[in-house]
Amino acid sequence: MNARDNSMFGAASNQVADESFSLPRRRFFKKSGALAVAFSLAPSLLNAQAARPALPGSLNNFRKLDSWLAINADGTVAFFSGKVELGQGITTALTQIVADELDIDMARIRFVSGDTDRTPDEGVTAGSLSIQQSGTALRFAAAEVRALLLAAAAQKLGAPAESLQVADGTVSSASGGKATYWELSGSVPLGREATPGVKPKTAAQHKVVGKSVPRRDIPAKVTGGEAYVQDMRLPGMVFGRVVRPPSLTAKLQSVDEAAARAMPGVVAVIRDGSFLAVAAEREEQAIAARYALSQSAKWDVPAALPPMGPALFAHMKTQRSTDSVVGKKDNPQAAATAVKTLKAEYTRPFQSHGSIGPSCAVAQWKDGKVTIWTHSQGVFQLRGDLVKVLKVPAANINCIHKEGSGCYGHNGADDVGLDAALVARATNGRPVKLQWMREDEFGWEPYGSAMVMNMSAGLDANGKIVDYTHELWSHTHSTRPYDPDGSNLLAGWHLATPVPMGPAKNIPQPSGGSDRNAVPYYTFPQQKVINHMLMDMPIRVSALRTLGAYANLFAAESFMDELAEAAGADPVEFRLRHLTDPRARAVLEKVAADANWKTGDKHRGVSFSRYKNIGCYVAAIVDIEIDRASGKLSVPRIAMVGDVGLIVNPDGIINQLEGGAIQSTSWTLGEQVSYDNRQILTKSWSDYPVLTYAEVPKVKTTLINRPSDPSLGVGEGSQGPVVAAIANAFARSSGKRLRDLPLAPARVKALLA
Amino acid sequence: MAVTLNVNGASRTSPAAPDTPLLYILRNDLNLNAAKYGCGFGQCGACTVMIDGTATRSCITPASQVGAKAVTTLEGLGTIARPHALQKAFIDEQAAQCGYCVAGAMMTAKALLDKNAKPNEKEIRGALSGNLCRCGTHNRIVRAIQRASGQEVTA
Ligand code: FES
Ligand code: FES
Repeated sequence: MNARDNSMFGAASNQVADESFSLPRRRFFKKSGALAVAFSLAPSLLNAQAARPALPGSLNNFRKLDSWLAINADGTVAFFSGKVELGQGITTALTQIVADELDIDMARIRFVSGDTDRTPDEGVTAGSLSIQQSGTALRFAAAEVRALLLAAAAQKLGAPAESLQVADGTVSSASGGKATYWELSGSVPLGREATPGVKPKTAAQHKVVGKSVPRRDIPAKVTGGEAYVQDMRLPGMVFGRVVRPPSLTAKLQSVDEAAARAMPGVVAVIRDGSFLAVAAEREEQAIAARYALSQSAKWDVPAALPPMGPALFAHMKTQRSTDSVVGKKDNPQAAATAVKTLKAEYTRPFQSHGSIGPSCAVAQWKDGKVTIWTHSQGVFQLRGDLVKVLKVPAANINCIHKEGSGCYGHNGADDVGLDAALVARATNGRPVKLQWMREDEFGWEPYGSAMVMNMSAGLDANGKIVDYTHELWSHTHSTRPYDPDGSNLLAGWHLATPVPMGPAKNIPQPSGGSDRNAVPYYTFPQQKVINHMLMDMPIRVSALRTLGAYANLFAAESFMDELAEAAGADPVEFRLRHLTDPRARAVLEKVAADANWKTGDKHRGVSFSRYKNIGCYVAAIVDIEIDRASGKLSVPRIAMVGDVGLIVNPDGIINQLEGGAIQSTSWTLGEQVSYDNRQILTKSWSDYPVLTYAEVPKVKTTLINRPSDPSLGVGEGSQGPVVAAIANAFARSSGKRLRDLPLAPARVKALLA
Repeated sequence: MAVTLNVNGASRTSPAAPDTPLLYILRNDLNLNAAKYGCGFGQCGACTVMIDGTATRSCITPASQVGAKAVTTLEGLGTIARPHALQKAFIDEQAAQCGYCVAGAMMTAKALLDKNAKPNEKEIRGALSGNLCRCGTHNRIVRAIQRASGQEVTA
């Protein structure tokens, strides 16, 4: 297995070896002078370079069957996936796929996911891509492994492979001969390359794919089983805590380390530049020592933060930026037919992931090697940055995924991995469990960037959009680890010899980062998207579920309603007027029918998006209630229709789409991070209220199954449609439009006064 | 210094100082996973256990205040092999995404159901007002509680 553990930095040449794919790819980009992006997958380029046939999904990058599957003599089957469980149910869905392709019971299947020593590097588990990338690879690898096993069985049983039946791994021939996968596995070595053209099963042959199979992780989670990295206990383990600076650029002047060292149970106090941490025998002792250190620490805290509130957005427009134009279509003739022009500005503040469980990691050093148990979304990427900060070769760092609390993008998971590794260096080989405190998480997780969107459009005499511009200002939406030009791990920036981050980068289209879903999915004759990506990041930002799509769709889909109104059209019909993709039309038509949408409906709003313009389709209709006295909005009901291609686990998909809708409602109705000119002020749940049980909408989700279309991820499909549908419902209900998020009581009250 | 507690029907001792929050004793001395650290301020409910039948935030409850009172954690309800009705209902309704909040929500629910065997939906949501969930699993959790109490599922 260790042969797979190619060092990201050790590969000396550009030759494309099976499992060291990521480095040559990145180097290639860098050397060629193109924008180097850690998240770029450029299979076509690489295939040309490698002159090999393309294979489906991540199989293209990890081409050997044993990178994905092991058939064990003990009657179990293991699969290896670089994608990790984040509470989204991915391990169950992948198990369903493997079970069906191999004709085995799900109970036989074990999985190893996100382990730098053992699994393929499939990049980060993000962007709702796991089913597309890992699921596809496993489907094709398993189909081929089944064919190989059947060929071996055919030989053994003296019967043609086509005539054999398989039931739970037992192959039988018409004449009654039997052979099992477990007996045959020894004669079927899987260290071979997958072949192109393998035919996986058709939807009609699926037994568990398409079914709401219960999630495999839930029983332990509802009985107090060990389920999370927070639950790990290793012999001799001590507890770590960090004392973070008051702000990104604050410098530690002095601290009474001796006093902390003298406290009960304290094992180590670590100070390196402005990085300050402690380890103690007991968790409450570590917390007490952390508090003592934070009280005695003196910091220099520069006034480096941007203005808060409306002034922020004017300020953002003056900042230095990298500008690009995407999705441009020119048709001056059509644009000249505009008889009415509309313009509007929309804004979104900084918003927080706010996972319920603060980030946590366990680290242990042994003989110069470190093992880190982490809930990172990308163990290989974390390792890549750890190499730079810890100054240890990749071969001496093993990052192993363990589940954490719900993950909605790039939170503190990676950072706490480095924190734990730094602290564990001072504990003489004793493992360290380090969990951030609530205020660490609120203060230091990278937020979803604030954004400003300036929209303008022209309508012709027939009420059709003939010219459309979406101009936006935003910070980047990805500062994930393993940036080619720096390190994105927090503690590294604060060390005496810092390892700083590289310059901000945007994720290129078609997915896009800050411009995600800014390019319209509607058909307009003339259009352009202008993306001003701000280069400086005085407030830490990165990927929050949907990246720029949530704010872009808030603006674009609110603006669609404004345009519909200007055209005197029904918002559903107005959208259909501009939608050509039949699948897009179908979700919108179905949600309108299911929710009994009527043109004159006052207290409801509608919206649609295809996530990333290449992912799943979701249309939503929400109902709204306005309490005019308090300005409080509530959303009692949301109806959604989703098209996610081939459905692997309907209940899992509904769970994800509904969760996304509720989270989006919470973002929309009240969430924003607050700060002054020196530091973040959001420290606890009282500073950052989220929707409670009594406030969340009821959600009805209907799926359209497309068995012959590829499965599309769903974790980020519903947030965009929901925010705009809420804004549209408010406008229809009140006759006034709110263009600034969140749609919080004070704003509503002021507008309606 | 040591504290003795009555947890899930058994007498348990911990070397912790008496002012130690119950949460850390449960997790680190008694190896009980269910109660979770979420905020440490009584604001999120992830650490909820029952003390003498009342849903209590273990993160802000010093061991010295617990004394001989009966502490019940999620582990005290049932096991994977023999789940309590509430646990079975959570599995049947697939009432988790990440699940980090769920143990706390279940203990709040258990305390509610012990006092009010058939709470209506509004009462259930009201009882859970101090339990935060960030994944958006709220409605499934309400449904699981309705199911566990033998009521129609309406959430
Ligand atoms: S951890 Fe106790 S209420 Fe949040
Ligand atoms: S299920 Fe993740 S926080 Fe509730």
